[in-house]
Amino acid sequence: MLAEEQIPGALQACRGTFKRDLLLAMRRSGDIVNPLVFALIVVTLFPLGIGPEKSTLTAIAPGLVWVVALLACLLSVDRVFRDDYLDGTLQQMLLSPQPSYFLVLAKVTVHWLVSGLAVTLVAPLLALMLSLAGGGYLPLLVSLLLGTVSLSMIGAIGAALTVGLKRGGVLVALIVLPLYVPVLIFGAGAVEAGCQGLPYSGHLAILAALTLMALVLAPLAIGGALRINMDD
Amino acid sequence: MSEPLLEVRALGCERDHRRLFENISFAASAGEVVQLAGPNGSGKTTLLRFLAGISQAFEGEILWRGRDINAAAIDYRGQMLFLGHAPAVTLNLTALENLQWYFALNQQVSRASLCAALADVGLAGYEEVPAYRMSAGQQRRIALARLRVSQVPLWILDEPFTAIDRAGVVELEGLLAEHAARGGMVILTTHHPLNLDTPYRRIELEGANAG
Repeated sequence: MLAEEQIPGALQACRGTFKRDLLLAMRRSGDIVNPLVFALIVVTLFPLGIGPEKSTLTAIAPGLVWVVALLACLLSVDRVFRDDYLDGTLQQMLLSPQPSYFLVLAKVTVHWLVSGLAVTLVAPLLALMLSLAGGGYLPLLVSLLLGTVSLSMIGAIGAALTVGLKRGGVLVALIVLPLYVPVLIFGAGAVEAGCQGLPYSGHLAILAALTLMALVLAPLAIGGALRINMDD
Repeated sequence: MSEPLLEVRALGCERDHRRLFENISFAASAGEVVQLAGPNGSGKTTLLRFLAGISQAFEGEILWRGRDINAAAIDYRGQMLFLGHAPAVTLNLTALENLQWYFALNQQVSRASLCAALADVGLAGYEEVPAYRMSAGQQRRIALARLRVSQVPLWILDEPFTAIDRAGVVELEGLLAEHAARGGMVILTTHHPLNLDTPYRRIELEGANAG
């Protein structure tokens, strides 16, 4: 019979889940490419729609890049738990002798790697297409790096709440968007300040605080929401 | 007679304004196989979900080693294996990767013993084949390979014989008897007549009572 010490530690379970999800993400590479293509299309269309004057584009660039990054994350977050829910994996995850906190953290981290981090890495290109002012690039990178973590965490709460619904997409957006607003305000604010040569460390500090809070609290909410959906 | 491991006291459940079942009590000890029987819709799967701790919408008590299963949830989950309708086999992962993830959460095992378990369920040579390339029966066998490795005392199996061929049924029956013989306990639902070497118990669920 099973001895107590044969049950893997939380770290090992966390690593196993991380590895599994990363493998799945790599195999469904469309999941990674889609948010990026979406962001590129939107940013390409904007100069065509509102005219190529450099001054107009420069003025809207900080907010626009941030909004596009936010929507790209929102589009992909709906699917974080969907497939696992349908094939029973989620049920097995919640029935394992592991605290769901770390397993959820591993899953959302993988989602961040293939959405938030990917969008952050192409953001300089997007900014270039919108001729962002030179001082805005560093705050753009740092604010997206911090901000997309909270976007993934908050988005996953919405995804967990609606995982049992056939069409959760719009509902996720409704639940999550109000919570996205502070992240957007401080993220875009940091870039704006950087463009005007003003100090932006205050914006980044608040963004970092929001992200830390999301990292600590969101997995609890996600775990609870998933358990409710398991018991339907 | 040893101390009962699992005790169910006066279990009742209501679904959509009708009683699904009422006042179900039984106790099971180590080495027992318990079959839940009854017509479709009599609540077999619902009862299994209560026993596995998936759902808590019931009246009554379920005790494992004398403790409420939902009060000592993490501890209980470490001693229980549940196999439901959805077998938790991820189609985009290979047979081996499926098992590796499951046991990363549940039990420390070597890669070699996972490969041996796959060979035991007739999937030798399929270790690196993605599950979506396999038949429904083979996918089911990946899930059943967990039983070959798992050391937990309590197995809760919902229709484990689904999509399994005749030879597989005989193998699985042998596995259940073996598990009971080494002091484990099995609770399962099936419509298939069980053919076990060890004696087993049937618990009949009557079906829906009006009112």
